[in-house]
Amino acid sequence: MMGFIWFWLVAVMIVGYVVLDGFDLGVGVLHLFLVRSESERRATMASIGPVWDGNEVWLLAGGGTLYFAFPLLYASAFSGFYLPLMIVLWLLILRGVSVELRNHTDLGMWTALLDALFGLASTLLIIFFGAALANVVRGVPLQPDGYFFLPLWTNWQPGVSPGILDWYTVIGGLVALAALTLHGALWLTIKISGDLLARTRHMVTPLVLVLTALTAVSLAATIAVRPSSLNNYFAYPATFIVPVGVVAALIGILFFNRAAQPVKAFLSSCLYLFFMLAGACWSLYPTLLPATTGTANDITLSRAISGPHTLAVGLVWWSFGMALAACYIIFVYTRFHGKSDLDSAGH
Amino acid sequence: MNAELIHRLHFAFTVTFHYLFPQLTMGLALLIVVLKTAALKTGGEEWDRAARFWGRIFAINFVFGVVTGIPMEFEFGTNWARFSALSGGVIGQPLAMEGVFSFFLESAFLGLFLYGEKRLSKRLHWFSAVMVFIGSWISGFFIIVTDAWMQHPVSFDRLPNGQFQVLSFWQLLLNPWGLRQYAHNMTGAVITGAFVMAATGAFYILDGRNQNYGRIFLKVGVIAGLISTILIIFPTGDMQGKFVAQNQPAAIAGMEGLFHSQTGADLVLMGQPNEETGQIDNPLVVNDALSFLVYGTTKAEVKGLDQIPRDQWPTALPLLYYAYHIMAGLGTWFVLLMAVSAFLLWRKQLFTARWALWALLLSFPLPYIANTAGWLTAELGRQPWLIYGLMRTSEGFSSTVSASNGLFTLLGFMGLYLLMGILFTVLVYREISSGPEPKTIAAQAAHAGE
Repeated sequence: MMGFIWFWLVAVMIVGYVVLDGFDLGVGVLHLFLVRSESERRATMASIGPVWDGNEVWLLAGGGTLYFAFPLLYASAFSGFYLPLMIVLWLLILRGVSVELRNHTDLGMWTALLDALFGLASTLLIIFFGAALANVVRGVPLQPDGYFFLPLWTNWQPGVSPGILDWYTVIGGLVALAALTLHGALWLTIKISGDLLARTRHMVTPLVLVLTALTAVSLAATIAVRPSSLNNYFAYPATFIVPVGVVAALIGILFFNRAAQPVKAFLSSCLYLFFMLAGACWSLYPTLLPATTGTANDITLSRAISGPHTLAVGLVWWSFGMALAACYIIFVYTRFHGKSDLDSAGH
Repeated sequence: MNAELIHRLHFAFTVTFHYLFPQLTMGLALLIVVLKTAALKTGGEEWDRAARFWGRIFAINFVFGVVTGIPMEFEFGTNWARFSALSGGVIGQPLAMEGVFSFFLESAFLGLFLYGEKRLSKRLHWFSAVMVFIGSWISGFFIIVTDAWMQHPVSFDRLPNGQFQVLSFWQLLLNPWGLRQYAHNMTGAVITGAFVMAATGAFYILDGRNQNYGRIFLKVGVIAGLISTILIIFPTGDMQGKFVAQNQPAAIAGMEGLFHSQTGADLVLMGQPNEETGQIDNPLVVNDALSFLVYGTTKAEVKGLDQIPRDQWPTALPLLYYAYHIMAGLGTWFVLLMAVSAFLLWRKQLFTARWALWALLLSFPLPYIANTAGWLTAELGRQPWLIYGLMRTSEGFSSTVSASNGLFTLLGFMGLYLLMGILFTVLVYREISSGPEPKTIAAQAAHAGE
């Protein structure tokens, strides 16, 4: 029971991170090619300025929660995915520095460099995160002691000895790129106005179509690479609500964007991400990290979980802490609701 | 190429660079609350401008702290996987709590403080500064709890698979080692904040501009500096030192270079510990003083390294010795400098005593060195243990990450951090140069037209 609860609490933290920092990253992608003038650049930066740092915290809170609830998974995954994780860290550094400096300092010509760094780092981060999720679904070459090490690529085939990048994980990266670019665009439609708003809204339909195609491809690819993915669904057919939810969310995005209801469109996008991630978690459960070297080497929930007393203690402070965090996060978002102030970007 | 050494260097390098930023964050957060409180009470626009000025520097410093801090949470897993797999049940909790409790709090209210001044009442804006201060000090607390458990493991048991499990949540948080370490560490952060503020004030007075702000910064910096530089020695340094002596005899022996146990042990102020001969070369000695410091009496015996098995000696003995002596030596300079400055301030002579202003200006990098030296002392003193008495450092690093991969990413971090260090210095210097006064209308218009 504790294992089940904590599996889903960690999943909540991951979903929270993707839904929240996801739009910061998506805005980063759009910042590269959609914005045309300095005032438009300021507007897009101002739309994420007050909230991006708090959004990123979900990554840390989630990582820490993973660490104490599933220490073997944390240790195995982080050391096994060593190289891409380090690259992700460097990209997070570049993204964070470029956003804050862009918003707080006037650096004249250097602003162009920061803009490029912000856009590039955001794009690469999305691709890496998508590929990371695909790596977990595909499985990794776990040894009996629970550890592994993945090179960046081998022969681009998912098999017994894959690399971080193979054709399957690249698809994962592309799905993420489409999904979070769309997510960022929908956030922008809430926060910005004018010509940029019109251009952003026009992007939504093509993005949804691309995303739908990629989602279908990734689903087929997942079943090909990991046939056991649908087992839990067939065992509990009510959970087929998840793929239904994915489709409904995509339709919702199209519908609410056309109807100029940006908040509902954005929430539909949040639902898309939620169902995709929850669906991936459910397809794995109770395996946390599958082994390409045979299911005996899988890292399962029962193998990785901390002791019951630890988890019970954790449940108390975690619930209290997240409830408190929810209060001030809501407070901040409501203080900054509506279109973003241009002159509040910077001091 | 030794994998253990590479992983040690990897963590040590990244955490040392990272901590340069939070120490200023935590120290400044307190001082900004002081400035905002003065603004609220006096209604003076100058105090608000001072707070906004330091807020701009705080924002730059904060983001550098955040981005260099994220790697730290990951590095427990990437470079120290075997340690993490076994200790996650205990120290994963304070690390996760840091994220859940303090990071959300800090980031939410920092967003309000930096972006929301126009949308908030004066009182709410002051409140957001207070929340940022509390958030950052809570953050420090949970990191200290983590390190304190590694130094002095309390309230745990072991599962059959070897994993450590926490028994009592409150005993973990209120670890007596941790309480002393926290008091000492946070006082060190206030020192950094105070010295940076005082140095900026001194700079403005010496340079002959922003004199009114220079006087505010000197006042706040010197008063905060005097209080903190005293507290760092007594009682916080004294309490921590005594606790280390009681619980980690090898550490204190290494810190003091005490190769041979002695009743009425001498304090060696400086020298070069020679591991081969088991002596300190060129010692400056104060007779019987070490026994007095540790035990309160010159008749006590202090255990030397000769009573400790060779495989439990701290592994980098001379570095431990120097780190501790640099920290203590600088701490002495700090309290002298602040005492003299405070006296001059009281006599209304500080603003014209150029020699004192120069001393304050030039001393601003020293707290960074002292804080770093203090952390080196703590971590090197614990060696060869990763978890004191329970797990050796050699047993904890990631088994599947080769020395070569570790070196690759260490070099990557070194390069990136070198560039970031230069960038940080340029940015902060520009802010200080630009000063607390808002830009003139003409400059603002030219700026907006770009």
